[in-house]
Amino acid sequence: MSTPEIHQMGVAELAAAIADQKTSAVEAAQALLARAKQHQHLGAYLAFNEDATLAQARAADARIAAGERGPLLGVPLAHKDIFVTQDFPSTAGSQMLAGYQSPFDATVVTKLAAAGAVTLGKLNCDEFAMGGSNENSAYGVARNPWDTDRVPGGSSGGSAVAVAARLAPAVTGTDTGGSIRQPASFCNVTGIKPTYGRCSRYGMIAFASSLDQAGPMARSAADCATLLTAMAGPDIDRDSTSLDRPAEHYSRLLGIPREGASAAQPLKGLRIGLPKEFFGEGCAPDVIAAVRAALSEYEKLGASLVDISLPRTELSIPVYYIIAPAEASSNLSRFDGVKFGHRAAQYDDLIDLYKKSRSEGFGPEVQRRIMIGTYVLSHGYYDAYYLKAQQIRRLIAQDFQQAFTQCDVIAGPAAPTTAWKIGEKGDDPVANYLADIFTLPASLAGLPGMSVPAGFGAGGLQGSGAGIAKPMPVGLQLIGNYFQEAALLQTAHALQQATDWHLKTPEGY
Amino acid sequence: MSLTLSDIGRIANLARLELPPAQAERMLTQLNGFFDIVEQMKTVDTTGVEPLAHPTAVIDPVTLRLRPDVASEPDNREANQRSAPAVERGLFLVPKVIE
Repeated sequence: MSTPEIHQMGVAELAAAIADQKTSAVEAAQALLARAKQHQHLGAYLAFNEDATLAQARAADARIAAGERGPLLGVPLAHKDIFVTQDFPSTAGSQMLAGYQSPFDATVVTKLAAAGAVTLGKLNCDEFAMGGSNENSAYGVARNPWDTDRVPGGSSGGSAVAVAARLAPAVTGTDTGGSIRQPASFCNVTGIKPTYGRCSRYGMIAFASSLDQAGPMARSAADCATLLTAMAGPDIDRDSTSLDRPAEHYSRLLGIPREGASAAQPLKGLRIGLPKEFFGEGCAPDVIAAVRAALSEYEKLGASLVDISLPRTELSIPVYYIIAPAEASSNLSRFDGVKFGHRAAQYDDLIDLYKKSRSEGFGPEVQRRIMIGTYVLSHGYYDAYYLKAQQIRRLIAQDFQQAFTQCDVIAGPAAPTTAWKIGEKGDDPVANYLADIFTLPASLAGLPGMSVPAGFGAGGLQGSGAGIAKPMPVGLQLIGNYFQEAALLQTAHALQQATDWHLKTPEGY
Repeated sequence: MSLTLSDIGRIANLARLELPPAQAERMLTQLNGFFDIVEQMKTVDTTGVEPLAHPTAVIDPVTLRLRPDVASEPDNREANQRSAPAVERGLFLVPKVIE
């Protein structure tokens, strides 16, 4: 089978081709490795280990030869460089962890490997997953294949680029405040952040422990469901916040009409809530137009649209940017230049060793968040900031429960604009934080959320540069209630059966 | 409320970060810019609201588990120290702490 055919296939097609022995896991891995290496100018991959990849592929081929079949058996994937891996360096996009070799694999990595997936390499991301543009990576920007002058979003920027540019059929990502949904939106990729606690955080380099959650990114909701089924599940002894709920088959509702609905209108009876705060002045008109067009497709599928309110949407920005840095400052205190990670070459004493190692190893955004976190947790300020933020966090979570009495799923834009130009927001933290407004509420509430391709915005309008504006992807965000991932994926899949936005590929890829 | 340069120095010390003067100035401006948007939190009445740490606790109480206090991992010292900056005979090396 030729290379173009392999990179054009999604997870389901590739798994079928491998199962039918039209191609092999080794052939698929070799084709995608070659393609990924040809496209290194996009900055998607940070590390390869061809020997390890091919050894995994040969093991998958042996399982197939022995008669085993599985939806991921032999399928090549790549991991965000936030997951630690024994076979590849694990850097979290930070100079602090340059060349770090983990002695173990993250649970998510282990579970996907057990399902027979083959690891192609590690993917670029904002340093310690802090950022929404991938510009905070110590290893260079990742470029949006829809317009390489633009950011792919972040922090799972390399993950989104790899899927969009067909450098992997599917990948892993992590989402703390929108890091799966926003880059998926910017790159025309489908991604899901499950309910907090569904996927084990063991071996996920910690950013904000009460928010961090792993999830898949792929070309379709159906492929995401396949990955999530393999990734999620209780990890009782290794992650104290892992949900003690049985593993689920997240594909089980795909293509099945809702109860009482028909094949022609499979979503009949589904109430989609539209928070008025997501459709106001703060959202670019081209994004709203694309989202509205996707919503009218949902009406054709039988769903009804309901106006709702999430009154504390704007508050989610300060609340998140207190809680996440507080937890980050605590988590990142482990980087001391002693046990692992960067150590300064020159220092006077132990305290000086800590300070110099940390100041050299961490980039500016990480240092800012450590400073914010340290301050809000310091003596005399804890109640006014961290505790207050956690109280408002409960109110935000309650607002969602109130909203879910009026609707079954919540929809709106994943981000207020399409992808911006590299360098455009510069080093202004507040400008970057404000761009997260639509993903933060569901993160704070720990709810499952998706971004689903919903067409294209005008492009260029958000940028400052002249020249030809390239239309840029828009993502529709779908938020479900706790543990409703299967229904959320069913809802996304129904749209993808009726439209072809998710199949659009950037020119030249 | 506004932070001052001396606050930045104090926080950096707590965070074990070293900020040269120019960086400290920029950090001060950026942090004060950020705390401007934090001000709106004060307008929310949170009297009697329980802080939310584990998000799904909003619908169902979540008890954080403790696992049995038994060794679950094998001795893997060599691999665990492979990425350490300075190691000798299985020990992490640091500058002299006690004279």
